[in-house]
Amino acid sequence: MQKTLLFAATGLIATPAAAGEMQLNVEIPRLRVSEYHNPYVALWIEDGSGKVVSNLGAWYDVDLKGEDGSKWLSDLRTWWRRSGRSLKMPVNGVSAPTKAPGQHPLRFTEGSRQLKKLAPGSYKLQVEAVREVGGRELVTIPFQWPPRGTQTASASGSKELGDIRLTIKP
Amino acid sequence: MFAKPSLIAIGLAVGLAAVLPGKAEAHRRWLLPSATVLSGDSATVSVDAAASNELFSFDHRPMPLNDLQVIGPDGQPLQPKIIGSGEHRSVFDVSLQQPGTYRLAIVNGGMMGFYELNGEPRRWRGTRAQLNQIPPEATNVRVSENNGRTETFVTLGAPTETALRPSGSGLEMIPVTHPNDLVAGEPAQMRFVIDGQPAAGLEVEFVEGGTRYRDEAGIQTLTTAADGTVTLTAPEAGMYYIEASHAEEGPSDIGRRASYTAVLEFLPL
Repeated sequence: MQKTLLFAATGLIATPAAAGEMQLNVEIPRLRVSEYHNPYVALWIEDGSGKVVSNLGAWYDVDLKGEDGSKWLSDLRTWWRRSGRSLKMPVNGVSAPTKAPGQHPLRFTEGSRQLKKLAPGSYKLQVEAVREVGGRELVTIPFQWPPRGTQTASASGSKELGDIRLTIKP
Repeated sequence: MFAKPSLIAIGLAVGLAAVLPGKAEAHRRWLLPSATVLSGDSATVSVDAAASNELFSFDHRPMPLNDLQVIGPDGQPLQPKIIGSGEHRSVFDVSLQQPGTYRLAIVNGGMMGFYELNGEPRRWRGTRAQLNQIPPEATNVRVSENNGRTETFVTLGAPTETALRPSGSGLEMIPVTHPNDLVAGEPAQMRFVIDGQPAAGLEVEFVEGGTRYRDEAGIQTLTTAADGTVTLTAPEAGMYYIEASHAEEGPSDIGRRASYTAVLEFLPL
């Protein structure tokens, strides 16, 4: 709680006009498979027309020894088509190493490098995961921006992703 | 099977009949890439080239690679690495070193004919300029001009347009929807041209791979509109085969046949 307040305060200094905040919790499920690799995950925000307005993250093998980990990024098909293929990887603040099974809390302030200033309207948070010799899954959480007060929404994947929880604050 | 009966009649009437494509031509000719949508700083695609009955099983014979052309995103030709030809297929690699769209095509053209000389059947192959190789005393001369294009497309990074420019010769497909931005269930538009002009009323076959495992081949037979366009809808994700052929009376008495085939990948979204 204290942390949240502190974060909001810094956000306020950076962007004097009320900066919104987005908290995300991404669960990567633990799977019982003979060959397990952490999934590649893309997190982004689309506007009402399906245009990507913010890339929040692209988790992949950023420094795979002797091999180009970005080779498999196109397997994140939806993200690749809507945004990834037009980016020059790695993208500062977006590219990050893959994450192990578990809960992954994330926080973004509006106007930051990842979370661009959002015009009022309908948006979708998209989380796509694809796993080597595994499956692919896309989880969507629609939301309105700016929120009226703190709002929380969640959705669950059925295999490659667990619970995704989105909390937005004006 | 392909030539119009009227064309044969015209050909016979003037002593030159269009040569009907043989049975071998009825096989599907294809270039099947290991991937069509690629990411990373560079990549390599491996391609199978075969003429087959089933899609995409190499069950008949390899496609010769003598007329293979690879055009890079900058519009310049680049050298594929030919691995070789086996009993059933040919294989080559293309190294993608720059981002954008590549066009991989086997393009052939030329004339072929049959005639009789002193009662003996003879076969001839050559260009229009070499037509005089057929002796004037030859009888029962049948000559036709053939243009064929068998192609596919691959893209590293974001799709680009340069490699998609038509050559203006033969039967070609100009993608309206980018050929590496195809998604199952989303209509995709292609435009067919003959020597750069719209191919109106052209019959186009569109069929998904995996025919070996289906009792019904599931061939969609489509017809191009006046401007040469046709709309493709892939009911499910997969590699698809598209084929069209065109036969006509040539500017002279020589029959002409042009064929086009391509492999298109529709991805799930």
